[in-house]
Amino acid sequence: MRENKQLITIKGTRDGLTLFIDDSCSFEDAFIELNEKLIEHHASREEPRVPVTIKLGNRYLDLEQTTRLQELIERDSHFYAQEFESNVIQKQEALLWKEESEVKALTRIIRSGQVLEVKGDLLLVGDVNPGGKVVSTGNIYIMGNLRGIAHAGSDGDRNAIIAASYMKPSQLRIADYISRAPDYESDGVYMECGLIDEEKDKIVIDRLQVLSHRRKDLSGFERRMLNG
Amino acid sequence: MGEAIVITSGKGGVGKTTSTANIGTALALMEKKVCLIDTDIGLRNLDVVMGLENRIIYDIVDVIEGRCKLKQALIKDKRFDCLALLPASQTSDKSVGTTEHMKKIITELKQEYDYIIIDCPAGIEQGFQNAVAGADKAIVITTPEKSSVRDADRIIGLLENKEIEDPKLVINRIRNHMMKSGDMYDVDEILQILSIDLIGIVIDDDEVIKASHKGEPVAFHPNSKASISYRNIARRILGETVPLQSLENEKGVFQKVKKFFGIRS
Repeated sequence: MRENKQLITIKGTRDGLTLFIDDSCSFEDAFIELNEKLIEHHASREEPRVPVTIKLGNRYLDLEQTTRLQELIERDSHFYAQEFESNVIQKQEALLWKEESEVKALTRIIRSGQVLEVKGDLLLVGDVNPGGKVVSTGNIYIMGNLRGIAHAGSDGDRNAIIAASYMKPSQLRIADYISRAPDYESDGVYMECGLIDEEKDKIVIDRLQVLSHRRKDLSGFERRMLNG
Repeated sequence: MGEAIVITSGKGGVGKTTSTANIGTALALMEKKVCLIDTDIGLRNLDVVMGLENRIIYDIVDVIEGRCKLKQALIKDKRFDCLALLPASQTSDKSVGTTEHMKKIITELKQEYDYIIIDCPAGIEQGFQNAVAGADKAIVITTPEKSSVRDADRIIGLLENKEIEDPKLVINRIRNHMMKSGDMYDVDEILQILSIDLIGIVIDDDEVIKASHKGEPVAFHPNSKASISYRNIARRILGETVPLQSLENEKGVFQKVKKFFGIRS
C-alpha cells in the first residue's frame, strides 16, 4: 500500500518548500516516510535554511505531533517549519473563533457602576451612562448616548473603533490608548466615532463617514479570519 | 393585601426621609392605611421628622431579635389613626438583621395596611439590601445635582436585579433659576440620563425645613408648593393622572394678566 501511494509530496515554490502530507494515512506512517525522505536529501553545500509550509489537508495535529514533526524537519538544520496549514480545527477553537468574530447585540442601559464585557464586536442599543463602562475585544457600536467609558479592542486590536449616535464619553480606550474628555464643559457630538490615528499616535474623534476609507475592512468577521 | 414601596437614593441628604414622611402623610390624608418603616438603623430620623420621637418604646431591632411583637413596636401617628410608624433603633448599626427578617415583617404588615413606605438608608451595603428586600415598588429620589444623579443611576442599576417593578423617579429640591441658567441639570436632562418614569418633582422650599423642625410633615398643610408636590405624588401612586406642577413662580395679578395675553416676561 505504502509503495503504491506517496504519503508525502514535496513541491518547491518561490517561498520555499511546500510539504503535502496525505490525510488518510496514520500519523506514524507519514512520520516514517518523511523521515526517509529527509535522510535521502543531502544538502552538502552550505545553503541558507529553507522555509517549509506543511499542508495537512483534513488532518488535525495535536500539540505533541506538531512538535515532533517540527523537530524532524528542523533536525538537520536545512529546513525550518514556517507554517502548519490544516483544513480542520478543534470545535473548541472554532467556537472561540466564532465568539470573537460575532457582533453581540444587546438592548439595555449600562448605568453607573455597571460593566459590560463582551468578546467580539458589541452592538449596544441603549445608553452608557456616566460611571458605566463597556469593554469589547472588537469594535463597539452604540445606538444611544455614550456618556461613560468605552474600551474597544481590549485584547490589543488597535484597529478597533468606537462609534456612537451621541458621543460624550468620559473616556475612550482603544487597545492600550486612552483619551479622556476635556476638563472644560463641552457639548457632545452626534454620529461620530473614535479610532486610533497612526500619525498623531492618539485616539481621534471623527465623523462616521471617515470609516469608509480609514477602516475599509470593518466587517469584523473577514478581518479576523484573515488575521487568524 | 397592601403594597410595599421603598424610598431610596444612594446618596445621603437628598430627602429620602422627608419624602417618606410626606408621601406617607399625603396617602394618609386620602384615607389610606399607611405604615412607615425606618430602616436606617443607627441613624434614625423618620421619627423626628414625624414628631413621634418621644413615643418610641420598642423598635425594629427589638422585633427582629424577638424582644417584642411587631404590633407593640408600631407607633400610631398623633394626627391620623390610619398612619403608623415602625422606628429604627438608634443603638445598633446598619448590618443588624437580614433580608429574611425584613421580608417577614413586611409580609405581616401588608395584611393590615394599604401602603408600607420603607425609608432606605444611604449607601448600597447591607442596610440598602435589607430595605429593598421586601419591597414591591421603588421610588428613587434625586436632586438636580450631578453627584446625586450619578448615585441614583447606580441605585437604579442595582434595583434592576431585584424582584421590584421598574422604579419611579422623584426630583427633589428643584431650584428653578439654577436649572434655567444651566448651573444644575434640568428635569429633561435628568430623565434622559436615568430613563425611568417621573412620578413627581418637588421644589426646594423653606417650608419643608421648617416643618420637619417642628416635627410636622409639610404635606399636612396645603399652604406650600412642596406640600402640593407631595400630595400629587401620592395621587399618582394611587393611579391618578396629575399634570406636573409649573416651576414658574407666579408673582401676582400683573404676571397672570401678562401670561393671559401671552406676553413673556
